[in-house]
Amino acid sequence: MAVNTDYLLHLADNALILGQRNAEWCGHGPILEEDMAMANNSLDLIGQARLLYQHVANLRKDGRTSEDLLAYFRDAYEFRNYTLLELPHSTALLPTASGDRDYSVTIVRNFLYSALMVLVWDALKQSSDSHLAAIAAKSFKEVQYHLAHSRSWLIRLGDGTGLSHQKMQAAVDYLMPFTQEFWVDSPMEIVAAETGLGLQVSSLKAAWEEIVDDALTEATLKYSSSQGFVTTGKLGVHSEHLGFVLAEMQSLARAHPTAVW
Amino acid sequence: MSSDVLPIGSIELPDKSDSYYRVWQLLESVTDPEIPVVSLREMGILRAIRMGDDGLEVVITPTYSGCPAMEQMHDDVRATLSRAGVVAKVVIQIAPAWSTDWMTADAKDKLHAYGIAPPHACVKSDSPQSVFNPIQFASAKFKSAQFAVIPCPQCGSENTTETSHFGSTACKALYRCLHCMEPFDYFKPY
Repeated sequence: MAVNTDYLLHLADNALILGQRNAEWCGHGPILEEDMAMANNSLDLIGQARLLYQHVANLRKDGRTSEDLLAYFRDAYEFRNYTLLELPHSTALLPTASGDRDYSVTIVRNFLYSALMVLVWDALKQSSDSHLAAIAAKSFKEVQYHLAHSRSWLIRLGDGTGLSHQKMQAAVDYLMPFTQEFWVDSPMEIVAAETGLGLQVSSLKAAWEEIVDDALTEATLKYSSSQGFVTTGKLGVHSEHLGFVLAEMQSLARAHPTAVW
Repeated sequence: MSSDVLPIGSIELPDKSDSYYRVWQLLESVTDPEIPVVSLREMGILRAIRMGDDGLEVVITPTYSGCPAMEQMHDDVRATLSRAGVVAKVVIQIAPAWSTDWMTADAKDKLHAYGIAPPHACVKSDSPQSVFNPIQFASAKFKSAQFAVIPCPQCGSENTTETSHFGSTACKALYRCLHCMEPFDYFKPY
């Protein structure tokens, strides 16, 4: 049976792009402990991405596909990550504007994504693809810790000072609409669910809302409406931000394609 | 990649009747690059020594998905064996997923003596039968399991506090003792 590699790439790209984003804090963290936290978080995410890319390369068996090719030599339209994960660490900006990184956006995004992935990885431990099930078993352990970390900061900052509360609420209000993309099943996800490789993430919505609601309440934050435009990153149609992420991440490999360590 | 089913749990050093006894013995000297007091077997990273299609295979399993020490361990195993004239392929197999529960009792004692608080047993079993409950996860019950009392490896006091969720390596968190005031690493349950 041919395995749906688009679905695997979706999982891998999610991990790689968020890993790349969170690694931006390396050397710039708001405090030393959080600098280390984001570096470690990225290490786990990029590690998960590598396992998945290696799996895709093994499945394609075309003698050409490698983890490096998938990470460094695909363009934005070929990436299948959620749009949420490619956004800069700041609230809404004009496309060409840049702002200071805002840790509240980092924490809220990590929380919203980890709350989803703790459910996804747990379910994927039963995948019909035994190799994906093995990756899920490892990733599940890691994402639990990411969720515990981001959840504790969500509460600490949400239920913190007037300013930290205000910034956290702004981050929740900004990011929540992007989570709508989780619940609109794409063709690759529907196929993956039919073959038992993956699952329809929409079936996890109630469980996700329960985790999110519980933490937001403890953090004294309001669950904001997630109405409006539904992003389509997982279909390969991204925001303007992904190109900048890829330019930074891929430029070295593309400038020196045959370089080795 | 071979799909042989690997054992779960701690691996004891086999006795002399085992056909690969010599190889097991040789690999006792290969330690975790970040924690040079425990061997790969004691850490639960060295899973099996077996005969594959192309000869002898040494099977190791990664700890964290992104652990950068994996390459080093791979090379250390190969170098140790080739110095002794043993030709073997090092196979990295990810299933079943490594757990800190697989560390031997000796390894935990050595970590403690080295100044690293050893991991608590994982609360949740990762057997396919176990049902993950997100509500329990989100509640205070989970927090008390994750942030259990960690005794200080220096003075034994239970009056300790977490200073950082993440530490010097992927597998550790940073703690400090409020009794003897020493900082220490805690090996996180995984």
